[in-house]
Amino acid sequence: MVQEQLAPTKYDPIDRQEALMLYRDIVLGRTFEDMCAQMYYRGKMFGFVHLYNGQEAVSTGFIKQLRPDDYVTSTYRDHVHALSKGVPPRAVMAELFGKATGCSKGRGGSMHLFSAEHNLLGGFAFIGEGIPIALGAAFAAKYRGTDQVSVCFFGDGTTNNGQFFECLNMAVLWKLPILFVVENNLWSIGMQHHRASSVTDIYRKADAFDMPGYLVDGMDTLECRQAAIKAIKRARAGEGPTLLECSTYRFRGHSLADPDELRDPKEKEFWRKQDPIPKLTKFIQEQGLASAAELKLIEQEIRAEVEDAVQFGEDSPEPPVDELYRFQFAEDE
Amino acid sequence: MAVKLFYEALHDGLEEEMQRNKDVLVIGEDVGHYGGSYKVTKGLHEQFGDLRVLDTPICENSFTGMAIGAAMVGLRPVIEGMNMGFLLLAFNQIANNAGMLRYTSGGQFKIPIVIRGPGGVGRQLGAEHSQRLEGYFNNVPGLKIVHTSTVYNAKGLLKSAIRDDNPVLFFEHVLLYNLKEEIPDEEYYVPLDKADVVRSGKDITILTYGRMRYHCLDAVKTLVANDIDPEVIDLISLKPLDMETIVASVKKTHRVIIVEEDMKSGGIGAEVAASIIEQCFDYLDAPVIRLAGKDVPVPYNGRMEETVIPYPKDIVRAVEDMLALRV
Ligand SMILES: Cc1ncc(C[n+]2csc(CCOP(=O)(O)OP(=O)(O)O)c2C)c(N)n1
Repeated sequence: MVQEQLAPTKYDPIDRQEALMLYRDIVLGRTFEDMCAQMYYRGKMFGFVHLYNGQEAVSTGFIKQLRPDDYVTSTYRDHVHALSKGVPPRAVMAELFGKATGCSKGRGGSMHLFSAEHNLLGGFAFIGEGIPIALGAAFAAKYRGTDQVSVCFFGDGTTNNGQFFECLNMAVLWKLPILFVVENNLWSIGMQHHRASSVTDIYRKADAFDMPGYLVDGMDTLECRQAAIKAIKRARAGEGPTLLECSTYRFRGHSLADPDELRDPKEKEFWRKQDPIPKLTKFIQEQGLASAAELKLIEQEIRAEVEDAVQFGEDSPEPPVDELYRFQFAEDE
Repeated sequence: MAVKLFYEALHDGLEEEMQRNKDVLVIGEDVGHYGGSYKVTKGLHEQFGDLRVLDTPICENSFTGMAIGAAMVGLRPVIEGMNMGFLLLAFNQIANNAGMLRYTSGGQFKIPIVIRGPGGVGRQLGAEHSQRLEGYFNNVPGLKIVHTSTVYNAKGLLKSAIRDDNPVLFFEHVLLYNLKEEIPDEEYYVPLDKADVVRSGKDITILTYGRMRYHCLDAVKTLVANDIDPEVIDLISLKPLDMETIVASVKKTHRVIIVEEDMKSGGIGAEVAASIIEQCFDYLDAPVIRLAGKDVPVPYNGRMEETVIPYPKDIVRAVEDMLALRV
C-alpha cells in the first residue's frame, strides 16, 4: 500500500461543542502534568514520573474521537491518555499519591494506570508491552463481532522492538481493528531517533506489511483528529489496521529524574514554538467557535478541577497494609 | 586507597578491563552518550569510541543474542541491563543460548559475557521496575550468578566476571549505587565463587546477599547489644553456592536464618535451605528459617511496599525467637 502524507488542510467540520471539548481536554492534560511536577518536587509522588507536556495534541486528537467502549493502551507516559479516555483526574491523581481511591487502588503508580470502566487496558512500564495487549483487545472485538476499535500509543524508540513488528504483521494478517499510534518525539531517553532507527520514517514501515501508514503533525490537534477519524472509520468498517506516526516533542526531560542534558536548547526552543495549545486556541478563535474569555473560563475551571484532584488525593486513605495480597488472584474482588 | 562511590567502582573496573583487553566492550541502552542510567559507563564512549560502548536500540532479546554471537567468535561483551528487569525480554537468549549453547555444542564454544545492571526493590518504582529476578534466573543451567553488595566487591567481582569464560549474571542493587567506601588504588580481583564472612560469630548463622546485607548488619548491632553473637555471611555467589563456607558456619553455630529480598517461593533462600538440609542436617539444632521477600508484585504504595521485604527489626525478632528455643 502506498504511504501518504495526510493533507494538512481539510478538516471534517467541527462545531463549537466539539471544539470546546477538545480545548478542555488539551488544557486538562497540560495543567494536570504541571501539577504533577509540583507534587513530585513537593514529595507527594514518587518513583519515575514521565510527563506528557508537548505531546497533548496526540492524546486529545485521537482519544477524543473514540467511543467509551473503544480500547486504549499506553506506556509509562500514561497520565494524559488516561484523562483523555475519561478516567477522572481525581482517580489518576490519587493513584499517583498511592491512595486506595486511585484508579489502580494504589498498587500501580504512575506507570501502571488502569481503568476497566473506561477500557483503559494500561499503563505499561516496559516499552512495547502495550502493543500486543491492544492487539488482543482488537482481536476480541473481531472475534465477538463488535465494532470496537483499539488504539495503542508508544514512542519512536519502541518501534525498534520486535513486538512492534510482530504486531503489525498479525494485525494485517487478521485485519484487526487497531490503530498503532507512534508518538515520535525524536528521543528515547538519551538516544536520538536517527541513532536508533535505520529508517527514520516510521510510517513507511507499514509498507512492509501492506498496511496504510501516515505521517501526522503531532503538534496539531486538528491534524491528529483528522487522522484519527480516517483510521478509526477504516478499523470500524472491518478494513484493518493503520500505522500513524505523529511527529511531536516532549517539553520536559524523559522523566522527572532525567537531567535532560543531551538535547540541544535550540532544538527545544524550536519545538516549544510549535506548542499545540496556542495553535488550537488560535484555530478556535479564528473560526469564531469561542471567544478568548470563554477559553479563559475553561482554563480556570480546569485549574479548579486539578486542584480538587490534588485535594482528593491528599484526603484519600492509603490502602490498608494488611491487604497486601489482595487482587493477586481472581477470587479477590 | 581512595574513596569511591559504588557506581564509580564499577566504572573503574570496566575501564581497567577495557584498557587491558580490546575484546572487552559494553553493549546496552543509553550506555554511550547518556553515560548509563546509573552513570556506570559515563565518559567511556569518549575514551573507547561508539563501537566499544555501543548504544543499542531498545531490543533486549536481539542485542543480547548479538552479544552471545559475538562472544562465540571471541569478543567479551558486557551487557548493561538499564534495569535488570528489562532483560526479561531477553530471557530466551539468556536461558537458551547463554546458558545452554556451550553444552549443546558439545563444548565447542565459550560464551564469555557479563550481563549486569540494577535489580531489587527500589523506592516506589512500581512492580515492573522493582523486580527480584534471582529466582527466575537461578533455574537456568549454565549460568553463574553473582550479587554485589559493597563498593569493594563491586569492582573486584566485575573484573573477575569479565575475565571469566562463562556467562555471568551480575546483579547490582538499585538502591546501592551511591554507597561510599575506601578501596585500594592497585588492581585487585574478588573471586566469583566465594561467600564473604562479614562477621564471625558463634550463636547463629545469618545468610544474606545484596542490599539485605545492610539490614542484617543493622540487626546485628541490636543482637550484639543483647548478648547474641551472630555470624553474618554474604553469599555473593548465588550460583553456584559456596557450600563450603556455608556448611562450615552451620557446623559452628547449628542455627541458620536466611535473609533475602527475593520472593520466598522458589527463591535463592529455598535453594540454600534445601542444600543445607541435604549437606549438614545433623548439625542443625533448629529448622532453617527464611525471611524472604513476599510472593507478591511490589506495590507502588509506600507503606505496603515496606512490608514486602525484611527489615532489621524482623531479623532481630526472628533470631531472638530462634535462640529462645534453646532454653
Ligand atoms: C523493555 C524495556 N526496556 C527499556 C526500558 C527503559 N526505558 C524506558 S522509556 C525508554 C525510552 C523509550 O522511548 P520511546 O519509545 O521513544 O518513548 P518516549 O519515552 O520518548 O515517550 C526506555 C529505554 C523499558 N521501560 N522497557
